[in-house]
Amino acid sequence: MRHLTNILEGFGSTLQLLIRAVSYAGTLPRQRARFIEQCYLIGYTTLPIVAILSFFIGSVLALQAGYSMENFGTQQFIGSLVGLSMARELGPVMVAILLAGRVGSAITAELASMKVYQEVDALVTMNIPPARMLVLPRLAAALVMMPVLALIGDLVGWFGGALVSKYTAIIAIEPEAYFSVLRRYTHFKDVMNGLAKAEIFGFVVVLVCCNIGLNTRGGPREIGASVTRAVVTSLILILVLDYFVTQLLT
Amino acid sequence: MPSAQHTRNPFTQVETPAVGISVEHLSKNFGSLKVLRDVTFDVHPGEIFVLMGPSGSGKSVLLKHIVGLELPTSGRVLVDEHDAASEETREHVRMALVFQSGALFNSLSVYDNLALYPREHRVADEAGIREKVMHALKILSLEGTARKFPSDLSGGMKKRVAIARALVMEPQLMLYDEPTSELDPVMSATISEIIASLREEYHVTTIVVSHDRDLALSIADRIGILMDGRLAFLGLPSELQAPTDPKVADFLNPKIDLKHPRFKQLET
Repeated sequence: MRHLTNILEGFGSTLQLLIRAVSYAGTLPRQRARFIEQCYLIGYTTLPIVAILSFFIGSVLALQAGYSMENFGTQQFIGSLVGLSMARELGPVMVAILLAGRVGSAITAELASMKVYQEVDALVTMNIPPARMLVLPRLAAALVMMPVLALIGDLVGWFGGALVSKYTAIIAIEPEAYFSVLRRYTHFKDVMNGLAKAEIFGFVVVLVCCNIGLNTRGGPREIGASVTRAVVTSLILILVLDYFVTQLLT
Repeated sequence: MPSAQHTRNPFTQVETPAVGISVEHLSKNFGSLKVLRDVTFDVHPGEIFVLMGPSGSGKSVLLKHIVGLELPTSGRVLVDEHDAASEETREHVRMALVFQSGALFNSLSVYDNLALYPREHRVADEAGIREKVMHALKILSLEGTARKFPSDLSGGMKKRVAIARALVMEPQLMLYDEPTSELDPVMSATISEIIASLREEYHVTTIVVSHDRDLALSIADRIGILMDGRLAFLGLPSELQAPTDPKVADFLNPKIDLKHPRFKQLET
């Protein structure tokens, strides 16, 4: 019962935070310095790790598919498998998981430490709403950067699959053939569905991490506990939302 | 010197009516813990009111009610006749709280800490903000720290920067939470002088929460003493020379009895 109450309270406070942040949307143009800083943190600093992981996910997908498809002599369709899997599922989900682990944890740690050391209270007494200054620029940056990261993840993953397909003996498909099949079976709509998923996941991860950070109470020990809670909650939400969003978009 | 019932803006020199506070039957519970119990008192416009009490007596919680950071379980707090927790009060009354820790923004330089409020509320252009910030730093003798970060400052300097940041808000109401805690006696005296001189100069209504007896007696117009969440004393500093309540007397003049059982336990 207590867990259910906590979940409902968490949902309610997250929704309240969202409404408050959105109500300040008009102030975004004059917060462009904060917005650009968050775009840099969410986008640019996450890009290398997104690229590395996506490359290897595409590679492993091609490799595993190669071993399975060899039994049926259908290796020439590996491009479609890698293309669709990356675009519709693995690209957005992996980018969102990376966002939760790398950026989400940092957001929670920063806001929780601001809360514990009374910096958030100082903002409130200055009549500067934390939702406006601390949450809105992060949400806006997530909305802008997530599709970009997911798209780059897709492209790098496809490229990784192409490399493995060419240089693995049991597959041995030329990149031209690989990309030709990929283009034939991976449609613009599939890529857009993946980008929409990334957008939703990123927005939810940043919102949840901000809310948990801002609701931290107690001392420095609670900062660590909040970070753990934020990352775990984000990961669960990504996978649960993935099912429902996939249903919705299919 | 501004007139008795008016606060003077330190930057524009414009006078506005000083702000009064009413705490009416305020009680606050955290779960089963009763932190404040039916506390009632007024802070008159332009006075320095010092709220004293031992650690854990509810002083800081009471201060948070006045700035609207906490909501009462029962009773109410009125700031200039408006509910302290309402948005209107924050719009209507400029309140500045100097936190015990300073609560400076660690990621911002001293200059940016001070400039945050005027920038966010767009009270002046960047040149005007610079003028205000440098003036506030000068008042607190902090010239030369503008480019430093909070982590580069000593405890006393952090407190002074926090006061300067409060001053930039052109407050009608200044609240200090344990302004002399963790400071050496010389720095404590300096902070006490700053609080008194800011009131003297600008006639800002001031509430100081402290358990520092010397600070209270040197700057207060009136003193309240909280004991176990209740207001055990409310009156003039002179009345504290001979308090009638034994608990208040014990708090103000603690006697260390080395024969007390707790010291015997420490020996063994």
